[in-house]
Amino acid sequence: MRANCWMGKNKVQVRNVPDPKILNSRDAIIRITSTTICGSDLHLFNGFIPTMKKGDIMGHEFMGEVVETGPGVTNLRPGDRIVVPFPIACGACNACQHGQFSVCENSNPNAGLAEKIMGHSPAGIFGYSHMLGGFPGGQAEYARVPFADVGPIKIPDDLPDEKVLFLSDVFPTGWMGAEMCEITPGDVIAVWGAGPVGQFAIASAFLMGAERVIAIDRFSYRLRKAERAGAETLNYEDVDVLDALRDMTAGRGPDACIDAVGIEAHHPAPMMYGYDRAKQMARVETDRPFALREAVMACRNGGVVSVIGVYAGMVDKFPMGSFMNRSLTMRGAQCHVQRYLRPLLDRIRAGDIDPSFVISHRMRLDDTPRGYDMFKHKEDECLKVVLTP
Amino acid sequence: MTERDHHNLEGLARGLGWASLGLGAVQLSAPDMVRHMSGVDDSSLSRVMVPLVGVRELFHAAVLLGSRRPGPWVWTRVAGDVMDLTSLGCAVSHRRGKRRRRTMTATAAVAGITAVDLYTAIRAGRRPWAYGLSLHAAITVKRPRDEVYGFWRDLENLPRFMIHLRSVQVIDQRRSRWIAKGPAGKDVEWDAQIVEDRPEELIAWRSAAGARVRNSGSVSFTDAPGGRGTEVRVELRFDPPGGMLGAAFARMLGEHPDQQVRDDMRRFKQVMETGEVVRSEGSPEGVHAIRQLRQRPAQPVMSGGRP
Ligand SMILES: NC(=O)c1ccc[n+]([C@@H]2O[C@H](COP(=O)([O-])OP(=O)(O)OC[C@H]3O[C@@H](n4cnc5c(N)ncnc54)[C@H](O)[C@@H]3O)[C@@H](O)[C@H]2O)c1
Ligand SMILES: [Zn+2]
Ligand SMILES: [Zn+2]
Repeated sequence: MRANCWMGKNKVQVRNVPDPKILNSRDAIIRITSTTICGSDLHLFNGFIPTMKKGDIMGHEFMGEVVETGPGVTNLRPGDRIVVPFPIACGACNACQHGQFSVCENSNPNAGLAEKIMGHSPAGIFGYSHMLGGFPGGQAEYARVPFADVGPIKIPDDLPDEKVLFLSDVFPTGWMGAEMCEITPGDVIAVWGAGPVGQFAIASAFLMGAERVIAIDRFSYRLRKAERAGAETLNYEDVDVLDALRDMTAGRGPDACIDAVGIEAHHPAPMMYGYDRAKQMARVETDRPFALREAVMACRNGGVVSVIGVYAGMVDKFPMGSFMNRSLTMRGAQCHVQRYLRPLLDRIRAGDIDPSFVISHRMRLDDTPRGYDMFKHKEDECLKVVLTP
Repeated sequence: MTERDHHNLEGLARGLGWASLGLGAVQLSAPDMVRHMSGVDDSSLSRVMVPLVGVRELFHAAVLLGSRRPGPWVWTRVAGDVMDLTSLGCAVSHRRGKRRRRTMTATAAVAGITAVDLYTAIRAGRRPWAYGLSLHAAITVKRPRDEVYGFWRDLENLPRFMIHLRSVQVIDQRRSRWIAKGPAGKDVEWDAQIVEDRPEELIAWRSAAGARVRNSGSVSFTDAPGGRGTEVRVELRFDPPGGMLGAAFARMLGEHPDQQVRDDMRRFKQVMETGEVVRSEGSPEGVHAIRQLRQRPAQPVMSGGRP
């Protein structure tokens, strides 16, 4: 089959690789009908996530049609259309039983590697490094889906791929980012990053009853998209974000701040950007936490900082004094996608939201490398690339 | 010797470093007292020697206290001890009366210290597993205690999650025959017997007399708090190995044998909670922990043959 492989930093290639086979009894093999490039893939592409290996198949946001099931899968049949959640979860461990699917205790065969870097291991993830399992990803014609009996959700035929595809990752991720803010009437929510994840966080915050949402980014086409969803916007290259947020909230600060940027944040001041960039290159700091630092400083006393942007290792100069003295709460997670599939599918059916609004480009799987370049450099107003094999 | 013993020895080595620091300080600040106590206050040479020895002691202190693994540096102290014993021996043979008695007391004290130094240097210099190896790991399994105990009690289940075992064959209630993947691709076999069995609490076993790799193990089961399932704690012990085979066996367990036992336990949990060992294409030989470090690319494996 054809699959998009990581071939080293800044290099991906669509190659011929063997077809997947059943390895565990609860596996299913699916023929992928739609897949995407996620902001998280850029972190791999740019070489910021350790334990990638040349030849790894990438991609973790995908859906398709079941072609084969292992003997342990009784709820799926060949021909079923399913959306696959990006974290792999067994459904039986203590974490899964508490709905914390992205920290499933059984789905990472390489938990020992992750333990060394993070203390304890989170769940395995499709196409997301060997430390998170060494599972091939979904930017391919076929994929093996472990624990196919607990994760995936069946999609009725009347819903097109583009409406449900993002249930696999960015829609529930944005939703969870807003949910962690525990929004109550009157709340003002600030969202750093107006990429696909940020866009869904904005939409979700409104659906949960936020009074106002403020989106922060530097790409005006992305900010315009956020405005269309009802958000106010700040371009951090034009204004001082902390001052602007203080003004907009009459001195209080946003009730909750969502970091939808992560490890590769950009900073308008070359000095600041250079400082953390150099440390990243020297490997003394793995993550570049500008958005996170700003989110902590901006948040109102007693408020919540919700971290859905991905971090990999260590950050420097974390404003701990601000966090501690001002009674903030910080939450973060890879999205517990399985938890949100059903309720969000219902929302889509009910017409509360049409997730396809983030799609900017449609390409063939063979064009994936071009898709990575466009998405990385935000060329041609690229917001979300959907690939079809 | 266990890793903990090894750790204690490193502590002892560091203690000797502190002793050097104290002695060196006294020799440099109050050389005349030291000369009097060791009965060499009549020699003008000792006026030069004692402070020099003090400087040497400070050197011992620096290397012992400054090193992350002080064990091997104890040999520098042993060398110093030999020098001191030689000069003291010389001093004894040239003295009479009270001085001779003081010199002899000093010699005896240095000899005692030499023994401690030698013991520490020899033991701390060896690889920890040269004395055998004891490993432990613990995990929480979200299944009832009787079920977890029952699965383990059927020893034939062990190779499903313990990487070094090829098979276990139960002979009767107590006895079983174990086959492990040994060094250089050769299998190692031994008979084992259950030495303690408290249902739902503890199982302990030991290799029978004559086993080539003498080993023993125990596993205990307790209720995890708040309905979290069962806490399982395992201890494995490989006794002082009989020659080459044992040493090779220990080497096969790698630099971090505890990690491997922890991985065994993780697979045990997978089998109990999900029914089987979870596999990925990047680490296709799911049961081989060693493969975790030698990953293949995360791609399906070519057809034909077991992946
Ligand atoms: N937690 C999860 O489960 C999960 C799931 C999917 C994605 N993610 C993560 O979410 C993040 C965003 O993903 P995406 O697909 O939207 O990626 P993206 O690259 O399209 O979006 C990131 C946006 O952040 C903006 N940005 C950069 N620096 C900034 C700063 N200092 N302040 C404000 N905005 C800044 C960029 O201009 C860009 O528009 C990534 O880190 C991704 O890995 C997390
Ligand atoms: Zn993603
Ligand atoms: Zn689980």
